Amino acid sequence: MYKYNDFDTAFLAERNAQFRAQVARRIDGSLTEDEFKPLRLMNGLYLQLHAYMLRVAVPYGSLNSAQMTQLALLAEKWDKGYGHFTTRQNIQFNWPKLSDVPDMLDALAEVGMHAIQTSGNTIRNVTSDHFAGAAADEIEDPRPVAELIRQWSTDHPEFQFMGRKFKIAVGAAAKDRAVLKAHDLAVRIVQNVAGETGYQILIGGGLGRTPMVGQVINDFLPRADLLPYIESVVSVWNQIGRRDNKYKARIKITVHEHGIEDIRARVDARFALIRPTFTGADQELLAEIKTHFAAPIFRSAPTTTYDAAYDADPVFRAWADTNLAEHRVGDHAIVTISIKKHGATPGDASADQMRTMADLAAQYGYDELRISHEQNVILPHVHKSDLPALHARLKQHDLATANIGLISDIIACPGMDYCALATARAIPVAEQIATRFDDLKLEHDIGHLQIKISGCINACGHHHVAHIGILGLDRAGVENYQITLGGDATWTANIGERAGPGFAYDEIVPAVERIVAAYLDLRNSAEETFLETYRRVGLSPFKAALYPEAQKKVA
Amino acid sequence: MARAFTPKVITANALIEGDVIYLTADDQWSRDLSQAELITDEAHAQLRLLDAESQVAEVVGVYLADAKPGENGPEPTHFREDFRRTGPSNYAHGKQEAEANV
Repeated sequence: MYKYNDFDTAFLAERNAQFRAQVARRIDGSLTEDEFKPLRLMNGLYLQLHAYMLRVAVPYGSLNSAQMTQLALLAEKWDKGYGHFTTRQNIQFNWPKLSDVPDMLDALAEVGMHAIQTSGNTIRNVTSDHFAGAAADEIEDPRPVAELIRQWSTDHPEFQFMGRKFKIAVGAAAKDRAVLKAHDLAVRIVQNVAGETGYQILIGGGLGRTPMVGQVINDFLPRADLLPYIESVVSVWNQIGRRDNKYKARIKITVHEHGIEDIRARVDARFALIRPTFTGADQELLAEIKTHFAAPIFRSAPTTTYDAAYDADPVFRAWADTNLAEHRVGDHAIVTISIKKHGATPGDASADQMRTMADLAAQYGYDELRISHEQNVILPHVHKSDLPALHARLKQHDLATANIGLISDIIACPGMDYCALATARAIPVAEQIATRFDDLKLEHDIGHLQIKISGCINACGHHHVAHIGILGLDRAGVENYQITLGGDATWTANIGERAGPGFAYDEIVPAVERIVAAYLDLRNSAEETFLETYRRVGLSPFKAALYPEAQKKVA
Repeated sequence: MARAFTPKVITANALIEGDVIYLTADDQWSRDLSQAELITDEAHAQLRLLDAESQVAEVVGVYLADAKPGENGPEPTHFREDFRRTGPSNYAHGKQEAEANV
């Protein structure tokens, strides 16, 4: 875990004192809302539908038990006893009072956390693989690079007031678990044929009203060139990106309009100019950062208790089969704790649950936790012999739902239950789908299937890259839900196809049920996933299942 | 031909708490939509809006929202304002719990 040094601590203290004074001046009337709004947004404070919302960064989704415990304190002391983990590896508090926010930020600073650049037209919280440092398929831990980018981008003077926000993700594994191709800029740590490690850089990905998949701008960037190259990309976009229309301001539109070759030439020119100004301090910093991410000393022990529980307890076995992933050390496992109990709000964790997860990390998990963009919490390193005890504790706190990667492991944005931008609700739709398929006892038979729901066109719920995507809209004053099929959030990323006309709020769950029933009929075997079946048969049979009335008319 | 003016209430969020609030006929801010002033005249609505917007030390995000007369006062005409009135539909919690349970 990265530990803040004296400079970081002093920086946060100064920044928080500055914001405390700004809040006081807003409350006493010295600042108007127009003057105050950009200041609060720079510190992660939004005004939403029902209240203020404070968005706290969890850089690259990584935190320790003290930090998780402090988040529980914030939830209890200044909010309504819960927090909401987001698709950006942040946590949001939905009900803070304006006057309490400076105290909340000070409490976060006590454990090296903050809300800086979780809002505004700047470089946002850097995200990464939620299995970082533990996955069996990664080249190296991507978090030191993510931390380097975080430090470089924080309060970077050139990038505080850009045309729009800019999102960067870092990955280093064979499997993409960070939706890299849906980011403004993605850094993929790779090895070339000579065995050297470097970076593949992709730009221009993004969802929202114009969804696009990122394109490779540099296939193999030497390690020492990373920061000057990223700076060149952001700088070029900041200079030529459109500012006449906020919906056309993101880099994906710039890449689309200029073409990747033109952008590459501009970036290369900028890079040639600024590369000499990077004299090696960044590499020294990266080397220092890496020391903070040294792997724990993994204990070695027999796994007999795990093997016995796996054989004897079907509930434990079902949980182990779905919620564990392969660790790079054979007698350990990566544990994904589902924050998706059937019928509950995806991503919400109570203060009690946060404390439980923090305690479990401290007791069994080498004091490490991760937040996934899929709105779950990960214990990246757990010895298998500890898993039965850990599972028992999770059960006591409603955290043992065995549904990772299954149909009820749904991503859902806050939607119109919270968000000022939303045009329809997302959370209740997710709750109803999860409940319905739990009632049907079908989800383990269905297997790997991702449903993602957004409550507006901005696509915070990633619906474009879902196997079954759901977009909530306002159609003449009524909630209406469009379905897309065949989206993919991995290295084979693509945008889902729209199935046809949307469905009313009370029609959307039966519609999803018809799609799933069609899949069960169409698949070649239980091993063929929904996405594989979709890619084999295409949209037509699913469309026929979705709109049976239209089929009758054709007949 | 100009579109007919539909009745409105003036709504905002409380500056400190962020709570959804409504302007009453006697110039108070209420957390209960049924106590809001239902404005049926466009010119009056614009004057009331200007007055509300000037109260920068108390409120934030003032706007006119469509409403209709109901048995117990104004009622929302759109689901967005209904959620603002009642609170989120996934939990009935906190300060708006009472309204959610009505």
